[in-house]
Amino acid sequence: MRLSEHIYRTASSLAGPLLFVRNVFAAKFGEIVRIVPDDGAQILGEILRIEGDNVLIELYGESRGLDIQGMSVVFTDSLMQVPLSLDLVGRVFNGSGSPIDGMDMFIPEKKMPVTGAPINPAARARPEEPIETGFSAIDGLNTLVKGQKLPIFSSAGLPARELVAGILRNARTPVASGGFVAVFAALGLTFHEYAFYRKVLDGMKTGFVAFVNMANEPVMERLLAPRFALATAEFLAFEKGMDVLVIITDMTNYCDALREISTAREELPGRRGYPGYMYSDLASLYERAGRIRGLNGSVTMIPVLTMPEDDITHPIPDLTGYITEGQIVLSREMHQHALFPPMDALPSLSRLMQKGIGEGRTRKDHRTVANALYKYYARGRDLRRLEAIVGREGMTKGDTQMLDFAEAFEKEFVHQGDARRGMEETLDIGIALAERFRTGA
Amino acid sequence: MTGRILGISGPTVSTGLKGLKLYERVYVGHALLTGEVVRLHEDKAVIQVYEDTRGLAIGEPIQGVGLPLTVRLSAGLLSGMFDGLQRPLEKMRSEMGPYITTSREIAAVDTMKKWRFHPLRKPGEEVGPGEDIGYLEEDSFRHYIMNKTSARQKVSWLADGDISVNDPLGGFENGGEIMGHINWPVRGARPYRNKHAPSLPLVTGQRSIDFLFPLAKGGTAILPGGFGTGKTILEQAVAKFADVDIVVYTGCGERGNEMAEMIDEFLSLKDPWRDRPLTARTILVVNTSNMPVAAREASIYTAVTMAEYYRDMGYHVLFLADSLSRWAEALREISSSLEEMPGEEGYPTYLSSRLSSFIERAGVVETLSGKVGSLSMVLSVSPPGGDFTEPVTQACLRATGSFLMLDTSLAYRRHFPAINWSQSYSLYARDVADHFETQFSSEWTRLQSWCRELLQKEESLREVAEILGAEGLQDADRLLMHVAEMIRADFLCQNSFTEDAFSTPEQTFENIRGIRSFHDQADAILKRGVALEEALRRARETV
Repeated sequence: MRLSEHIYRTASSLAGPLLFVRNVFAAKFGEIVRIVPDDGAQILGEILRIEGDNVLIELYGESRGLDIQGMSVVFTDSLMQVPLSLDLVGRVFNGSGSPIDGMDMFIPEKKMPVTGAPINPAARARPEEPIETGFSAIDGLNTLVKGQKLPIFSSAGLPARELVAGILRNARTPVASGGFVAVFAALGLTFHEYAFYRKVLDGMKTGFVAFVNMANEPVMERLLAPRFALATAEFLAFEKGMDVLVIITDMTNYCDALREISTAREELPGRRGYPGYMYSDLASLYERAGRIRGLNGSVTMIPVLTMPEDDITHPIPDLTGYITEGQIVLSREMHQHALFPPMDALPSLSRLMQKGIGEGRTRKDHRTVANALYKYYARGRDLRRLEAIVGREGMTKGDTQMLDFAEAFEKEFVHQGDARRGMEETLDIGIALAERFRTGA
Repeated sequence: MTGRILGISGPTVSTGLKGLKLYERVYVGHALLTGEVVRLHEDKAVIQVYEDTRGLAIGEPIQGVGLPLTVRLSAGLLSGMFDGLQRPLEKMRSEMGPYITTSREIAAVDTMKKWRFHPLRKPGEEVGPGEDIGYLEEDSFRHYIMNKTSARQKVSWLADGDISVNDPLGGFENGGEIMGHINWPVRGARPYRNKHAPSLPLVTGQRSIDFLFPLAKGGTAILPGGFGTGKTILEQAVAKFADVDIVVYTGCGERGNEMAEMIDEFLSLKDPWRDRPLTARTILVVNTSNMPVAAREASIYTAVTMAEYYRDMGYHVLFLADSLSRWAEALREISSSLEEMPGEEGYPTYLSSRLSSFIERAGVVETLSGKVGSLSMVLSVSPPGGDFTEPVTQACLRATGSFLMLDTSLAYRRHFPAINWSQSYSLYARDVADHFETQFSSEWTRLQSWCRELLQKEESLREVAEILGAEGLQDADRLLMHVAEMIRADFLCQNSFTEDAFSTPEQTFENIRGIRSFHDQADAILKRGVALEEALRRARETV
């Protein structure tokens, strides 16, 4: 036990983000170190492996230009912590938690380890209160509930950010709560995307906290930023009683960063080069969503990811789908038909919807309406393949009606452009639609 | 015996402490984290730590316990909820708040609670190893207390009345005490006298399983499926409705919210075979995906040992794990931190032998006391990308008797349970057919083949219909497709959120027989030259 900072000048080798230091006394696994070069700004790093008095450190910043003879390595004796206070709300930070909005650092009320601790499964409260996103496709068919993690599976070129912006602007909880705040983590974003989100955040009435790692910033910070965001979210939710909506975009950049660092550590690559522990690593983020028995707030999470090559079986969407409670899948075909949001209703799913809808939550007939719409649409979609082969003439009247339903469903129910729809309106449109085509079913 | 930490890498630490045994339990660091020795190499021991190693420093103490990792077997396990190391989660919540932070040893069961003891022997009587001495009343179950020694013993005295698990229930003439608890090493299977082939069906209440792919008591089944195919819902449905005495459910590396939901639901449900709350027959072992990986690896062993303990009392026990893939991934993670040579997809080459020796712990046994108990397993598998050729699914296929393949395309159509009827199989179908025929109806097997055949035919007809259009088919074939649709929608589909979630074998049988007679009726009318629509209408009227 040391209880103080130690300074060493015994760095022995440096390769990419990995630094070896010799003759270190009582190093701690996961301890944060500061690298102080002779000239230039200091960089943070974390202890990755210890073998006797040899320590392997992973650097969070850019290692270019560092010189192992000239640097001092400060062992801080503490794990990575995030400073917390209500003053966080409305601020923008970088991936290491330093403010980048031009204002000074706030005075923290407390500090917590960024990795957090797992919620005891026995302490979890079941998620069952709906959050209205303002989009019929989500609210009506894949209702989001407080404490859920519901990712958006997008593909290159699809308007995931417009959808996220819409959710940020329009999301509200029907049941009164202790405040609603959005925590936004941007991972490896291009400036173009960042500027878009920034405009949305600035225009929001409710509060937000943003942690931003840009595409040209260090890869290690990409792994850190979501943890800062989640530690902040847990603080606001479970200590300040707020309903927190965490949006992380883009998880594909996160996973690529994980792969890059894993390769630098010379670990065995798994599927497509991603490390074997990617499931556990993603779970350590996603599982931080939830509600706690006896406490007021909630952490709800919408991670956004881009499916490489539009492939839903790619490890990133695949492992995500295994951990999250459903998924919203965007479709290129619908986007080409200028439908917004281009949500494909068939593979999309909200696993926690059942308890979040119905009387006292949304509306009594919600379940019936949702089931009918889904059933007709699935039938219509099935028939589209048949239509391509035999032509419309070769089909029964009932079948052509279902085809028409599928089209009307996409155009009238899913498609809504920029307008916000309330739950009532969504369900009324759904009922009217189902009624119109009931005879064909 | 105390040593020092020499190195730390992820979930493993190394030490120079001498005299440690392989798989011995150790305490690591000032925080006394639980670990297990996984490798001895010259003068170094490598320890796998079951808790978060962040914050551990070089030079902190390491202490060997001299015993392997054990679970505590005693009354009070039923309706409990434990983590992978058998720590009671509810108690942890009340003592350390909503987060799992520090590691503290907390007794798995309430040691203050009194249990009523009924002796079955008299002083002076001899009891062989594993034979009953008496029983405790654990809810509606008789919790048998057995001779835990490996020798014949003469009973010198026995208590009668209310006793807590730490007090002796009696004594042997050689001076040994009879205790109500035992610590059993998790990685060792519990002994039995004989193993039998499964012959009794395990009724799950799921029509598609019970009728098409029946499971057996003492049998094993896997449920592989991509995400969104309803593995967890199906596992939970089986846990709720199976006709067994005791259910041990392991949430291995899965979602926390799911567990919260399950606990909520189990509290409000009744055991469908007894007039007791569902929780009274259930033990939950939960290691969610964000809890330490090494404990996830241990969790299925902890759970199966508890399951075997109740099997030894002569009960039918069902062990469920969701999901075995997460266990295999934990094994892979540990293996790679030990820098072992990887096999297929990075999994260690001993994956399949570990899996099969684990799955072999299932079976129908004659216990040491001469009773018959069974341990059945229903295990879900999460193949990456829904690709069943991956190592875990393949290894499981060789070791289990029933393959219930969950199909993504059925799930997209909201056909639940999404069990694919043409690819799934059950090797127990023959073993349990006799039972169904004598208990329910002699038509059982015949109807089964009719149903299978019809679904098969429909598949090939559908291919034709996709080219020619439904109009291009003959009326008899269109009728067949209509009936197949009825089987799919009204028989194979089962909504877990309604009354229909549970179907008794009688109901299952009546349901399929109804569809069969509808088919026969319509077919007969059709043969008289009546048009299909009209034939369907008339058949509907008569049935």
